Amino acid sequence: MKRFILTLALAAGLPLAANTAQAAAFNQVQTDKSAITFTYQQMGVKMDGKFRKFAAKLSFDPAKPTEASTTIDVDLASVDTGAPEGDQEVAGKPWFNTKAFPTAQFVSTGVKAVGGNRYDVTGKLTIKGKTQDIVVPATFTPQGNSGVFDGSFTIRRGDFAIGEGAWAKFDIVANDIQIKFRITAASGK
Amino acid sequence: MTDRYTGTAKTLHWLMAILLFGLLALGFYMHDLPLSPEKLKLYSWHKWAGVTAFLLVLVRLAWRVTHLPPALPASMPRIMQLAAHAGHFALYALMIAIPLSGWLMSSAKGFQTVWFGVLPIPDLLDKNKELGDLLAIVHKGLNLLFVAVLAGHIGAALKHHFIDRDDILTRMLPKH
Repeated sequence: MKRFILTLALAAGLPLAANTAQAAAFNQVQTDKSAITFTYQQMGVKMDGKFRKFAAKLSFDPAKPTEASTTIDVDLASVDTGAPEGDQEVAGKPWFNTKAFPTAQFVSTGVKAVGGNRYDVTGKLTIKGKTQDIVVPATFTPQGNSGVFDGSFTIRRGDFAIGEGAWAKFDIVANDIQIKFRITAASGK
Repeated sequence: MTDRYTGTAKTLHWLMAILLFGLLALGFYMHDLPLSPEKLKLYSWHKWAGVTAFLLVLVRLAWRVTHLPPALPASMPRIMQLAAHAGHFALYALMIAIPLSGWLMSSAKGFQTVWFGVLPIPDLLDKNKELGDLLAIVHKGLNLLFVAVLAGHIGAALKHHFIDRDDILTRMLPKH
C-alpha cells in the first residue's frame, strides 16, 4: 500500500516538475511585491517617496538575457511624497503636470549581462513629454518560482522639466533624483 | 549673595530673547503658507534656529545652576516671589519642551532636521502621520502657552520698573 501511494505521488508530481523546468521566462509581474521609490535632497535633508501605482510588463529568461524586455508605466498622480500638500504640488503643472502627462514610461531597448547576476538595461525614459536614453543597472535574484529585479539609477529632474518656475533652481530641491525599483515576476507557463 | 547678573547670563538672556522672538514670528508666519521654495527654506531656517535655541538653553541652564542669579527684592511679597520663580521655571520648561516637540514632530512627519543643512540630527521617532499631526498641535499649543508666559514675564518686568520702581528690569541691562 505504501509503495502504491509513493508511485501515485511520483506519477502526479513528475509532470508538475517538468512544467516548472520548462517555464524559464519570468513574465508575470507581481505588483504587490514590487515597488518604485525615489530619494532626493531638500536643503541637505534626505527625503524619500514612492509611486503607489504602476504597471510593468516584463519578460526575462536567465538563459537568454539579451532577449529580455520590459515596459514600465508609472502613474505619476499616485506619487507619495510623504505629505499631502507635497503630493498635490508635485502632481501640478510645474512638476509632473499629470493632467497633460499622466504617466512616465520606461521602455527597454536592450539588456546586457555584465557578470554574476548583474545586468545593464538600456532603454528610453519618458517623463512629461521628454525622452532620455538611460542605462539602468539591475540585479536578478531567483526566489523559488519567481524572481526579483532590483536596481537604482539617478535622473536629473532638470532634464525632464520636473519642477519649473520657482522650483527650477536646485538650491532647495536638488537636481539629482535617485530612483529605486524592485520588480517581482513569477515565471509563466 | 550677589546683587547682579553675570555678563554671560545677560548675554544669554538677550541672545535668546532675539532668537525666540524671531522663531515665534517665523513659526506663526510660515505654518499656513502655500507650499513654495520659500516655505521650505523658511521651515529649514526655523528648524536650524530651533536647534540653536535648544543648545543655547542647555548652556544657559548649566550657567544658571552654577551661577546663582541675584535675589528678588526683600520688599516683594512672598506670594509674588513664588509667582516669579514659577514663571521662570515655566519659561525654562517651555524653552526645553518647545524645541523637543518640534524635533519630534519633524521626525514623525518624515522630515529629518539637518542643522544648517550639514549636521543631521537623529530622528527620535519613525514616520507616523497621526503622531505627526498630534505633535504639530502640541508644538503649537506649547508656543501659545509660551507667548502667554512671555507676556507675563515682560509685563512683570515693566511693572517692577514703572510701578514698583525697583531694579528688577535694569539689572538685566548691559550697563547695570
